[in-house]
Amino acid sequence: MLVKQISVFVENSKGKLSRVTEILAQNGINLRALSIADTTDFGILRLIVQNPEKAYDVLKQNGVTVKTTDVIVVKINDRPAALHNVLARLSEADIAVEYMYAFVGKERDAAYVIIKSDNSEKAVKELSKGGITVVPAKDIYEM
Amino acid sequence: MSKIWNPEAECMSRDKMHALQSERLIKKVKEVYDNVPHYRAKMDEKGVKPEDIRSVDDLHLLPFTSKQDLRDTYPNGLFARPNKDIVEIHATSGTTGKQVVAGYTKNDLELWGEVMARVLASAGGDENSVVQSSYGYGLFTGGLGAHYGAQTLGAMAIPTSSGNTERQIRMMKDLGTTILCCTPSYAAYIGETIREMGLDINEFKLEAGVFGAEPWTVEMQHEIEKMLNIRTVDVYGLTEIIGPGVAFSCEKECGIHINEDHFIPEIIDPDTGEVLPDGTLGELVFTCITKEGMPVIRYRTRDITSLTHEPCECGRTLVRMGKIQGRSDDMLIIRGVNVFPSQVESALLDISDVAPYYMLIVDRVGTRDTLEVQVEMAPDFFSDEIKHLEKLEKEIYEKLKSALGLAVKVKLVEPKSITRSEGKAVRVIDKRKK
Repeated sequence: MLVKQISVFVENSKGKLSRVTEILAQNGINLRALSIADTTDFGILRLIVQNPEKAYDVLKQNGVTVKTTDVIVVKINDRPAALHNVLARLSEADIAVEYMYAFVGKERDAAYVIIKSDNSEKAVKELSKGGITVVPAKDIYEM
Repeated sequence: MSKIWNPEAECMSRDKMHALQSERLIKKVKEVYDNVPHYRAKMDEKGVKPEDIRSVDDLHLLPFTSKQDLRDTYPNGLFARPNKDIVEIHATSGTTGKQVVAGYTKNDLELWGEVMARVLASAGGDENSVVQSSYGYGLFTGGLGAHYGAQTLGAMAIPTSSGNTERQIRMMKDLGTTILCCTPSYAAYIGETIREMGLDINEFKLEAGVFGAEPWTVEMQHEIEKMLNIRTVDVYGLTEIIGPGVAFSCEKECGIHINEDHFIPEIIDPDTGEVLPDGTLGELVFTCITKEGMPVIRYRTRDITSLTHEPCECGRTLVRMGKIQGRSDDMLIIRGVNVFPSQVESALLDISDVAPYYMLIVDRVGTRDTLEVQVEMAPDFFSDEIKHLEKLEKEIYEKLKSALGLAVKVKLVEPKSITRSEGKAVRVIDKRKK
């Protein structure tokens, strides 16, 4: 169920981000979603891609500091309280969210939320129990 | 008004100086040969006997003393007097075991007071002066060196030491300090703080500053003079020789007069050890000819400068050296603190098993020295959570702060962003104006 997210260390200065995207572009890696967490000096680029193994390898070969992180992706409907249901469920189960971000897929009435929690296995279990759709990794990669 | 404290010594004819130096050198060489096994061994190895030294012209026959010799004989292997004669100890910061210990006899402290009194007089000091010593007190030679000079002068000494800047400034104003002694960057900081406190510098009695212990440019000197509305004297010294007071500038701003009746300077080629003529840049070497506790012989300072024996318009005949151009090894002086890149490396090794690539960027923002330590993000350091990386930065910062005794900026950078060198690694970029 867990999706492999690619996390990249990027200095917060001109041209650094495009060097990463250039490597991905040259290797034909398609991006599903991304987010950047930044501080004054550096940032962490988080990517969901079609082929995480390959992305990891090509970035590493090019000297980029990269690692893969397990995250979960849930699919929610486009209506009020949809996200709240997810977070309330996690909160009740005493699971902390480290960070999250969202993207919209090809369907018009659904959104995908990527969640990094302190206990991904448990989070999957709890969310599934609550009737929330946890999207299998394969489906995300092949989207 | 600038004064000359000891005209007899400071304005002596060259012939007389030659005779005085020769007499003192001959005596000192015999003394260290007899009392310091390390010097005896080195002289024997070089085949030099004390009787080979017949005048100061024979100085070049003697072996050099390096910082390594001081480390090898740590703590007191180069002392020429028994402990009962030593009345005070000073030491360099040496946070990496590079510490150098110096022992002073009663006469050495008197000598120190004498040479520092010359410096303070050059700044216009006399018995009416109020001398505030804002160098650190303790093992560091700055605080007490300025203090002894003030006492020899008969001035009023205010031993504020460094730090607590607002209190310094209040005392400076309330007690009517006329001469401030500290590092140039601290002087600039004091100037900025006076402004921030909304005080008018014209309400102070400050007339002069005696600044040293770190390299500073003429531009910075003029800036501080303007900011504090004072004239400044550049004081030079090092713990191995005596501390501050080895040399000082006069009002003519044409170099730094060396108290050569006590410390004989030479300029050598750092690679061959050959003595170089006046006007040629090379490594500064000192021989102590009057000190008793730890008289170093041909001590290689690693400081790069040149000498001139031309008489100075100020009336002094003492040989002058130019401003220090740099160090021949990799030591940095930042805000008066000695920093070795190797200290950074060992601090980083405390955090990770493999030392990451790092680079020290030294700069000057306004008049204050800054040190940024760039550390390449190694795979085993990397986390995809900001809070972990910030914690890592903080950890590196704390480690470096305690290892160097200096607050630094830590910046995590991408791998390979630090230029690799083929030969000796370049660990430092010093952007301060030369």
